[in-house]
Amino acid sequence: MNKKIALWGILILAFALLPLFIKSNYLLGVLIVIGLYTIIVIGLGILMGYAGQVSFGHAAFFGMGSYTVAVLTTACHWPTIPALIASLILPGLVAAIIGGPTLKLRELYLALATLAFGILVHILFNELKGITGGPSGMTGIPYLSIGGLVFDRDIKFYYLVWVTVLLVSLAVHNLIHSRMGRAMRAIRESEHASETSGIDTAGLKLQAFVFSAVLAGLAGGLYAFYVTFVSPSPFGFHTSVQFVLMAVVGGLGTFWGPLLGAGLVVALGEVLRWAIPLVIPGAGGEYQIIFFGIILMLIMVIKPEGLGAITDLFKKPRVEEVQ
Amino acid sequence: MLLEINALTKHFGGVAAVKDVSFNVREGEIFALIGPNGAGKTTVFNLITGVLAPDTGTMVFMGRPLAGMKPHRIAAMGLTRTFQNLQLFGRMSVLENVMAGAHLKGKTGFLKSLARWPGSVAENKMIERDALKLLKEVGLEDQAGLYAAALPFGQQRLLEIARSMASNPRLVLLDEPAAGLNSAETKILAGYLKHLREQGKSMVLVEHDMETVMEVADRIMVLNFGESIGEGTPEVIQADPKVIKAYLGEDDQVA
Repeated sequence: MNKKIALWGILILAFALLPLFIKSNYLLGVLIVIGLYTIIVIGLGILMGYAGQVSFGHAAFFGMGSYTVAVLTTACHWPTIPALIASLILPGLVAAIIGGPTLKLRELYLALATLAFGILVHILFNELKGITGGPSGMTGIPYLSIGGLVFDRDIKFYYLVWVTVLLVSLAVHNLIHSRMGRAMRAIRESEHASETSGIDTAGLKLQAFVFSAVLAGLAGGLYAFYVTFVSPSPFGFHTSVQFVLMAVVGGLGTFWGPLLGAGLVVALGEVLRWAIPLVIPGAGGEYQIIFFGIILMLIMVIKPEGLGAITDLFKKPRVEEVQ
Repeated sequence: MLLEINALTKHFGGVAAVKDVSFNVREGEIFALIGPNGAGKTTVFNLITGVLAPDTGTMVFMGRPLAGMKPHRIAAMGLTRTFQNLQLFGRMSVLENVMAGAHLKGKTGFLKSLARWPGSVAENKMIERDALKLLKEVGLEDQAGLYAAALPFGQQRLLEIARSMASNPRLVLLDEPAAGLNSAETKILAGYLKHLREQGKSMVLVEHDMETVMEVADRIMVLNFGESIGEGTPEVIQADPKVIKAYLGEDDQVA
């Protein structure tokens, strides 16, 4: 227990001091994006790793959060905090509405339904020009201001995002170790047995789905305040797949998985973009994807439970399953 | 009357899996359903617990009809079950299995869980304490920290029964609890079932092991091809020529 608290303390301290050593805004920006993606993948991790449901449409909720902030602060002239709160509520509501029928589907069908939903929303971002500005997007989003504190510089935003990550992590830590967390793991293991234990499996899956959409919306809202410009391109199918990738590479059902997965996938993308042209002159984006794929495949072969399972090495050995 | 089953019928395609079956379960008794494989016993369980919907017939538990209710609502009324092919939460600890079985004892919802709401921690402690007590009763307290999947088969059966008891139900449906157990384990099981009855639990037992059925059951109903062909005390059933002809007569397990 004390070791655990010490680990948290060291990590928090490291994240707090990191900006002192980073002089480049580019690196700070990468860390901010990792933080935002971590928030989304934490939610997706609850949905996939604990409730056992997959979603290939979470970029849509991410985008909805961003567009909610963009529309409310520019066209409607809302103050920034209510707009940020709305960016949690709208994706949550949409998830609650589509979740009922969608979550009745299983495995491949659920993946296809969420994928279709993500593509549909992405098309709407492009086509509802009167609201979203179409493919050219929306500019002029003000900086987020919380009680006189204006988040107008990357360094401030860095702290805002990572404090949010910390708060979300604590909440999810509570959830996992609660009655509801136990019930979700039970659903993953056996739905029949969960039902006869009195667990409302359909209701709890829906709650997990809405929760993950709310977190994606929160990240989206923060993202809009960070870049102060929103266009459809970051919210497409490719992004949804990346979120699932981060969740799986990080390790489903592990506490550190989302942070490790988001960190690795984002960092790998950045490193490859820089490194590949050095090795293969004139190489384009497609080479990047190839190397990306190879590295991720290697990770999944070597550590199929994901990077988060590395913490198992520090635990006392447990009795293995009988054959 | 605790459970009243009346004229229950269920077809799969053209085949009647359960045909016009009626029986009552009284408070505090062990009621056994026996019959050859494919006689419709597990189907009856699936109908009562809401996994399947009957074609016709009524099921009334503690005065309330069960038709159309979801399994978790039926569990909340105080009716739980075990499964013929074990359905443990394999990658959860033995203790957590029983605690998950006690889900209904808690009230903490999703939002309060996120916030570690005062009261939710105490509630969890209470559930854990009760779960440990149950594990002690079935002799699994030393295995509390193991994954359920790591237990030997016989202990997995006991764990599933303990889990089905964790929410403090009025009636438990046990689907072949002795299947796969050796004779020593079967004796422990029979003793535990009798112990539960003494505590006032009511049970419906589907079982092939006749020795156990005759030892623990208060009343028995025999199903054959989805139909009831006899009902009564163990003595009456063992003497019923129809039952002997259809089922027991070819079975050398009968004591």
